[in-house]
Amino acid sequence: MFKILQYSFYDLVRSRWSYVYFLFYLVLGFALLFLNNSVSKSIITLMNIIIVLTPMIGTIFGIMYFYSSREFTELLLAQPIKRTTIFLGQYFGVSFSLALSLILGLGIPFTVYGLWESSEVINFGLLLASGTFLTFIFVAISVNIALLHDNRIKGFGYAILIWLSLAVIYDGLFLISLMVFEDYPLDKFSLVATMLNPIDLSRILILLKLDISALLGYTGAVFQKFFGTNMGILTSFLILLTWSTVPVLLIKRIANKKDF
Amino acid sequence: MNKNTTILFILLGFFNLISSTYANSVQVCKSCRFTSIKQAIANTSAYDTIWVQKGVYLEFDIDINRPLVMLGVDTPIIDGNGEGTIINIAADNVVIRGFTLKNVGVSYTKDHAAIHVYKCRNFTIENNILQNVFFGLLIEKSHEGIVRKNSISSHAQEEFNSGNGIHLWHCSNVEVTYNTLFRLRDGIYFEFVSESTISHNVSHNNLRYGLHFMFSNNDNYYDNEFYDNGAGVAVMFSKFINMKRNKFYKNWGTSSFGLLLKEIYDAEIEDNTFEENTTGIYIEGSTRINYRFNQFNRNGWAIKFAGGCYANIFSQNNFISNSFDVSYNSKLNDNKFEGNYWSSYTGYDLDKDGKGDIPYRPVKLFSYIVNRTPESIVLLRSLFIDILNFSEKVSPVFTPDNLIDNSPQMAAFND
Amino acid sequence: MIEINKLNKKFGRVKVLEDVSLKIDKSGVFAILGPNGSGKTTLIKSILGMVIPQRGVIKINGDIISNQWLYRKSINYLPQIARFPDNLKVAELIRMITNLRGQKSNDKELIRLFKLEPFLDKKLGNLSGGTKQKVNLVLTFMFDSPILILDEPTTGLDPVSLIHLKELIKKEKEEGKTILITTHIMDFVEVIADEIVFLLEGNIYFEGTVDNLKKNSGKNSLEEAIATILTEENV
Repeated sequence: MFKILQYSFYDLVRSRWSYVYFLFYLVLGFALLFLNNSVSKSIITLMNIIIVLTPMIGTIFGIMYFYSSREFTELLLAQPIKRTTIFLGQYFGVSFSLALSLILGLGIPFTVYGLWESSEVINFGLLLASGTFLTFIFVAISVNIALLHDNRIKGFGYAILIWLSLAVIYDGLFLISLMVFEDYPLDKFSLVATMLNPIDLSRILILLKLDISALLGYTGAVFQKFFGTNMGILTSFLILLTWSTVPVLLIKRIANKKDF
Repeated sequence: MNKNTTILFILLGFFNLISSTYANSVQVCKSCRFTSIKQAIANTSAYDTIWVQKGVYLEFDIDINRPLVMLGVDTPIIDGNGEGTIINIAADNVVIRGFTLKNVGVSYTKDHAAIHVYKCRNFTIENNILQNVFFGLLIEKSHEGIVRKNSISSHAQEEFNSGNGIHLWHCSNVEVTYNTLFRLRDGIYFEFVSESTISHNVSHNNLRYGLHFMFSNNDNYYDNEFYDNGAGVAVMFSKFINMKRNKFYKNWGTSSFGLLLKEIYDAEIEDNTFEENTTGIYIEGSTRINYRFNQFNRNGWAIKFAGGCYANIFSQNNFISNSFDVSYNSKLNDNKFEGNYWSSYTGYDLDKDGKGDIPYRPVKLFSYIVNRTPESIVLLRSLFIDILNFSEKVSPVFTPDNLIDNSPQMAAFND
Repeated sequence: MIEINKLNKKFGRVKVLEDVSLKIDKSGVFAILGPNGSGKTTLIKSILGMVIPQRGVIKINGDIISNQWLYRKSINYLPQIARFPDNLKVAELIRMITNLRGQKSNDKELIRLFKLEPFLDKKLGNLSGGTKQKVNLVLTFMFDSPILILDEPTTGLDPVSLIHLKELIKKEKEEGKTILITTHIMDFVEVIADEIVFLLEGNIYFEGTVDNLKKNSGKNSLEEAIATILTEENV
């Protein structure tokens, strides 16, 4: 699998879009630090961007790569290589190259700016970790879509739709249901609803660091336990890990059944 | 403190000095003539000095009913053994300095204290360590006193069976400075106290309030530090107060505030720092208060209005990285925000005058939603909420449209 | 060597292969013929494990192939359309496939044969269709495997390369290999094929030598023979 990963990775690392993506973060990082003149303020702005952008780029890149490498995949399938090896190798290749663009693109400006001497290292690390998780999760989701739909336009549409649902529509429905049922105790519901959406989940993970003062303003005992102790961070991490393994297992399952 | 009281203090001090030169001094130690403090007091006359040598004295209900100076040498320990109040002062001109007082009796009916001061003038309580107290210093109907450099602590677990660190009731012209208070019910408690100063105290990890302040007018408090208190600091039903250079931080919890203001009129709140509190300042029914040069960093809510607030002015404050800058619960607004720095301001400054060219709206629609449905806090900073906030910013429907800062600063104010 | 037993494959509701059984246990060139949509490519891809049949068993060298992959070491496959990652250079692609298979390859010889030297440092995205097909041929013939499967090998080739291709196939045949070819060029079949497998509507309609087919239909050329079959069947 490592060989396939390596080739996909190099293939992508040399493509124009990886450079664009990397340069985007590089420019963004420098611009934010230059305009805000403060690491902590930049991190808060970055959080809003990363939470929305990494899933979107992961989805679009993932689906584009898998559609455009379809014939090459067929070439590989005729070689004495295990099927899952091919798909997982490509999946990890895409995810790693995207994650690398993110980490280097933001890491360089922040390092230049003196992140390591600031107290924000942990928050920044958490931000990159969330971004990386989201990249892996959404690339995996888009690979699933690409495997399930041979029609590229359809697949692309579904991928965008899934991104849009999880990034915006989900939260809208979530908020509406909270307001409709506001007479009932909702703390468990809202925590579960958060866990079911990887974007919300990684947002919470960062909120636990940046906005803990506000999160502790709510009375519910479940909230208090979740946000007030390390349980919050631990649970979020575990579920995020589940989120990033389940789509990968699905890739294996679907890939083994698919005709090419 | 006004000029007259200062002069009075100096005169009293002078009188004290003259009288003590004529006074006797008495020693207390294991091998002295007096081996107990009570014994020594019984054998002194007014204005005498008692020197208590190092050692442990198991005594309580020590009554001081004439002017006396009690000095501890190498901080002797007076152990009340949980029996009741350790020292009762019922005379003017008493000084207690350099003792460790510990184990005050806990009672549900009587307010036992390490030192109980009742109807006294010109008292000084200084450099003492008070441990495992019920009440620390209970000072009632007393005037012109100094409480300085004491460390007061206990192991408060429940509100009903714990007491306050420094408790003043019906007092005036008292200076409470450089004390450290922790693990009590309220660190400092003021009720009906006027013309007094609270400064340079550190009050932390108390069960309820770091400072609890009611019906007390014309007081100053400055340079204090309050952190990790169950409910922060509460200042209620008072007029003409100055609060300056205090620090309020890490007061976390549902009903926990950096500073709770209720029915306060004509106060100056300047140069304070509010950091990482669930709510920086909670304001209810308060009028004509000037907030200037304050620092609000990383609070859940920097300022929360709960109604009945008129003619308050916020200017030249820094609002940096708060989850919510201002939360407001009605559409009417009579308060003014002018020339503050808001870190979440995204406007521009084309004419380069240091002020943003478009006004800033500190109240977000989402803060309304959270007020109504608290669980929705988990959606903080999500894209959907950003879109909601943006649409409200463009055409305000729920937030008061005159609640704006017309000259938001482009750069933070430096301390 | 290749043994197919009652192979069934449906795509959705469309039956593509129905109870196809085929046994090839000797060396030689086998042409798989049939009209469009008769299931030629599906049959080939089933052998390669790219298409997963609903029912039926395929054995290569005596072993059942479902969920296996190592058997593909003994198969060289030439896909119908040659498309490769645009960012890779020709030399890199050849190196990569060699590396993945971990087998000895005689790519140098083949590159010389098809005159690909000037293109080695070019990215695959910039090559013409014919050149890509040559690269495709290099990738297929550079390993020494007992089974070769060629799906429309003549597409886009110039006459000189076509001659080279025929020579290559002849050489492999002489080495005792089994070669499966699908094509629509009947002249090519007549020249090169030893036996014909004729697929019609998911069934094997005819299996035998070219001469037998001609004799059965009473025609002189293969083209005419096949045309007769198709008209008789009203396809």
